[in-house]
Amino acid sequence: MAYSKEVLEHFNNPKNVGEMDENAQDTGVSIVGAPACGDVLQFSVKIEDDRIKDAKFKAFGCGSAIASSSYLTQKVIGKTLEEAAQISNKSIAQALALPPIKWHCSVLAQEAIKGAIENYKKKQA
Amino acid sequence: MTNKPSVYFDYAATTPCDASVLKAMEPYWNECFGNPHSRSHAYGWDAESAVERARTQVAWAINAQSDEVIFTSGATEANNLAIKGFVLGPNMPKNKKKILTFATEHKCVIESFRFLKSMGFEVKILPVLSNGLVDLDMLENELDDAAFLSIMYINNETGVVQDIGAISKMCRAKGVCLHVDAAQAVGKIPVNARDVDLLSISGHKLYGPKGIGALFVSKSPRVRIASLFSGGGQERGMRSGTLPTVLCVGLGAAVELTLERMKEDFERAQHFQQQVIDQVINKLPEVYINGAIDSKIPHILNISVPYVEGESLIMRMHEFALSSGSACTSKSLEPSHVIRAMHPDNEDLAHSSLRVCFGRQTKAEDVDALIRALQKHIEELRSLSPLWSMVQKGIDLKTINWQAH
Repeated sequence: MAYSKEVLEHFNNPKNVGEMDENAQDTGVSIVGAPACGDVLQFSVKIEDDRIKDAKFKAFGCGSAIASSSYLTQKVIGKTLEEAAQISNKSIAQALALPPIKWHCSVLAQEAIKGAIENYKKKQA
Repeated sequence: MTNKPSVYFDYAATTPCDASVLKAMEPYWNECFGNPHSRSHAYGWDAESAVERARTQVAWAINAQSDEVIFTSGATEANNLAIKGFVLGPNMPKNKKKILTFATEHKCVIESFRFLKSMGFEVKILPVLSNGLVDLDMLENELDDAAFLSIMYINNETGVVQDIGAISKMCRAKGVCLHVDAAQAVGKIPVNARDVDLLSISGHKLYGPKGIGALFVSKSPRVRIASLFSGGGQERGMRSGTLPTVLCVGLGAAVELTLERMKEDFERAQHFQQQVIDQVINKLPEVYINGAIDSKIPHILNISVPYVEGESLIMRMHEFALSSGSACTSKSLEPSHVIRAMHPDNEDLAHSSLRVCFGRQTKAEDVDALIRALQKHIEELRSLSPLWSMVQKGIDLKTINWQAH
């Protein structure tokens, strides 16, 4: 299968790799997927004034899963929580030119960012 | 080629046709083009004598008689013909319905058994041990009321070699017909057809052409099988269709060459395998060999790199042509059924497997480059992996409530 230039760039040079302290008050961390399915994504966000100040990811998965995560961290930094939650999996798949067989990777990345924001919100409640 | 050629490490998938094999085939495309079944002129006789010479070469390689060798389009057809041909044929005992195979077999074998199940036969797909070997005690019990067993000599994903000698004795003692898929075995280890009733061979796995294979059908003891194709009754009535003289000649030449080179090929593969074991398996933490190291051929090395997904590793190793049974590479999005069958309690390993094969064209510097790339990319991808990071923190991944998707 041939990969797009965009996937290869994020896959070979992933951006924003890392983790955050999940116990800190200003972070949100989420893990989605399962090892048995071949994909696990971990997303961490640092929030300041309802805005994503920083985002990090770690991923166990195929090239498209790693690229989707890397792309999404770049995309959400600087966005408000509301704006970030509105990023669709379709826009990720389009930006990376993912083939249909890999669309689930973009779905998973979107679930991961949503989960991280929810995790942050829970801490504030 | 459309992409920049990478260094080939996928010899279990296929091998390039050897130059001397190509040369032997050359006259049979258009010079000696006759139909080997034509009886009335020299074009036919010449083609027939070439085909019969090839048949003898194949027979000689497996310790068979030439009239026990049937040419087929490849190992998939040979396996189909052996399995369906026996079970639907005149030698199938009327009072037995049970037929056996293993979960690590090639898809064409497993699918042939599924087909027979749909026809009412009692199909049992047996498990294997975690090292890929057959549990001989279990097999002996299962053979009691069985009519037929199909097993591969050497597994195409792990290189594990089954004890065909012992299995043959059990089958003979219990009157069970034994079919062996030897597609990966001929040319790697000595193969003795006298131990079995039916045996499949593939041309393109042994530096011969694609589109040709053979089925050994024993005459002593005599095994009779039904044909799958209706036609002119070629190949002693078992496989109708005009034989492709040029491909038969290629198979014969390739088999002969592969036997001549067997020892040398084996020793080279052994040397390369040992380097990967020393520099990757023993050097990096938690990298494992799939399959019994003391009962496998060195030409195929299947490794599991837990916490790294197989396809991502292969994608990083794009300078090398490798394969993985992992989720994303196959069209079915299924992880390797072979590795899964060996580790039913640990599906993760199947997502993390990588197959490296050494062949005749493999050079020492290619193996050095492969080793360096494996070391680099395994380390980098693990630094990206949330699973690796959890394990480093002492978290047991089994205690986590994963949401399957």
